[in-house]
Amino acid sequence: MVVLHRSPGRFAFRVKPIGLSGVLRPRLVVVWLALACVTFLVFCLTIGLGSGDYDITVDRVIPALWGSGEFADVFIVKELRLPRAMVALFVGAAFGVSGAVFQALTRNPLASPDMLGITQGAGTAVAVGIVLGIGSGLGTQGLGLVGALAAAFAIYLLAWNRGTTGYRIVLVGIGVSWMCVSATTYLVSRTGTVQAQLILGWLVGNLNQRGWQQAVPLAVALAALLPLVLLLGRHQRVLGLGDEVAAGLGTSVQRVRLALLVAAAALAAFATAAAGPILFVALAAPQITRRLARTPAPPVTASALTGATLVLVSDLISQRIMEDSVMPVGVVTGVLGAPFLLWQLARANKAGSGG
Amino acid sequence: MTKTPTTVAPTRPARALLLVGCAGVLAVLCLLSLAIGARAIPLDEVLRALTDPTRPGLDPEVRAIVRDTRTIRTLVAVVVGAALGLAGAVMQGLTRNPLADPGLLGVSAGAAFGVVGAAALLGVTALLATVWFAFAGAALAAVVVYLLGSRGRGGASPVKLALAGVAITYFLDSLTSGIALTDPEALDRYRYWSSGSLSGHTFGTVLTVLPFLVGGALLALSLGPSLNNLSLGEDVAASLGRNLNLIRLRAALSVTLLTGAAVAVTGPIIFIGLVVPHVVRTVTGPDHRWLLPGSMLAAPCAVLLADIVGRVVVRPQELDVSLIAAFLGAPVFIAMIRRRRLAEV
Repeated sequence: MVVLHRSPGRFAFRVKPIGLSGVLRPRLVVVWLALACVTFLVFCLTIGLGSGDYDITVDRVIPALWGSGEFADVFIVKELRLPRAMVALFVGAAFGVSGAVFQALTRNPLASPDMLGITQGAGTAVAVGIVLGIGSGLGTQGLGLVGALAAAFAIYLLAWNRGTTGYRIVLVGIGVSWMCVSATTYLVSRTGTVQAQLILGWLVGNLNQRGWQQAVPLAVALAALLPLVLLLGRHQRVLGLGDEVAAGLGTSVQRVRLALLVAAAALAAFATAAAGPILFVALAAPQITRRLARTPAPPVTASALTGATLVLVSDLISQRIMEDSVMPVGVVTGVLGAPFLLWQLARANKAGSGG
Repeated sequence: MTKTPTTVAPTRPARALLLVGCAGVLAVLCLLSLAIGARAIPLDEVLRALTDPTRPGLDPEVRAIVRDTRTIRTLVAVVVGAALGLAGAVMQGLTRNPLADPGLLGVSAGAAFGVVGAAALLGVTALLATVWFAFAGAALAAVVVYLLGSRGRGGASPVKLALAGVAITYFLDSLTSGIALTDPEALDRYRYWSSGSLSGHTFGTVLTVLPFLVGGALLALSLGPSLNNLSLGEDVAASLGRNLNLIRLRAALSVTLLTGAAVAVTGPIIFIGLVVPHVVRTVTGPDHRWLLPGSMLAAPCAVLLADIVGRVVVRPQELDVSLIAAFLGAPVFIAMIRRRRLAEV
């Protein structure tokens, strides 16, 4: 009844009576479970050791999350530290998914929302807001969201010429990205030191003073867009074979690509709006995950877990590294994520697995 | 990336015409760059100041502006532009990635880190000293990227090299912003340097980096046939008798020399090295023997043009060259992408 076909690293199976078939990658499953455990552990650690002098051990954090335990523990965990940790978790997950989709879509491991101008668009909008003092009612969060979505919209529109190709999206993205960067650079170099420091502080990515106000919209975005990405996952893998092949296999190339782009760009936009452009997470998380799981394309949910872990660990370090002040989390993600990615690149010993 | 034959190979005269045309445009732009600025000087007076500086009737102020300030500025623009264009073309050929730019080996980030680190830790802010620290940072970053990217079997494959470059770039950028955010003096130094300015240089700074630039340019120009073989795929290049690792090493070395020296002088001038090769490729096709010299001649034109525009638009103030380059160049670039069927890297 169950037909199994075994090839190195994966099982293809078919259950005839119910017409179910699929491919099982044991390594991916193991990696996924391990990543989920690590993410949860780091999440609890971040809450337990986060800002302030009151350390809580993990075995007290977990019950406190459900509201049991000492009153002080519950109060600190649920009221003070949980919101920030949630923002970190969601931001990391959103960037991870966004990066995985962009890289699969453009078939370019360097493509990510930070390379294609989406986060830069957010940066420019926020810089304009800070320099001109406008949009304070909207807040940096709203400005960032508007800027990122505008950049994504512009990229898609400009790359449209009787359809889009991954290649053209990448190149147009570069152009849009550099325009936004140069506008931001101009504002930073011409404005006063106070504003410049504000802008640079936002541009580096920051989780300070973040709470439910940022976490809730992001959670809603994730809840809406992650299922969409997963539903389109089959088509996305077919797109990875090239536009012609995908069209030949019956995929509606342009429609799938548009839906994936919108989902990935919106995820990046919401994450950037919440915490600023925490660079590198969207680029590195899918690549790290792909190498851990040894899959041909970055796996989506596992990349989300890697991204969340990366941001959470960075946030914990950024809160504890200096006695009197808090480093912006974006400073730490690069310092932390880069060596890990390099280590993985260096030990990619199978021919071709580095590529 | 699939290779689809998108452009018909251009004829030899078209390519030769491109080179000649670029050289001509470059000469005209050089003259304009000497004439245009906060104080506009007529072209005949510019020529007189250049050819016969001791002539009695000449306004000493004009002579100073033309022969000192603007000559150096033009020289820096040409030299840096050529270096960035050439480095960009080599980098894209080496990694076969349209996103590759000269900063990708971590060079710009290394230079920035050198500048900020020197200002914050050693208190070095003098321009000539800064150049050395920037160059040292750039070279060190490139060496680290190359060594890490070439570990493991398969050597320095394009993707590994590019990813290692991005990783190191983010790593160093994080450190740089960490320092700049905590040290106001380093922040000021960084802001000044990172805006990519062509002004305020002396012959000394140009002479300091010139040997590196010339060496890097010669190395890069000699790479044409090798990069052509490489563009057929690594296996084909290897079976044609090419030593892949040697090609990669030479290419990385030339990019480091060119970009490191250019970035050390002016700060990161974004966009030029990334975009000019794409533009030139639409005329020359993917043949690196034409693409490399074409980029080397076209990029200084772009830098000079951006610089001249930057001097004119908000006269008597100036806008930085990298700003103008990106702001004017990006729409042109996007229009080209839309209009033409691109020759893929």
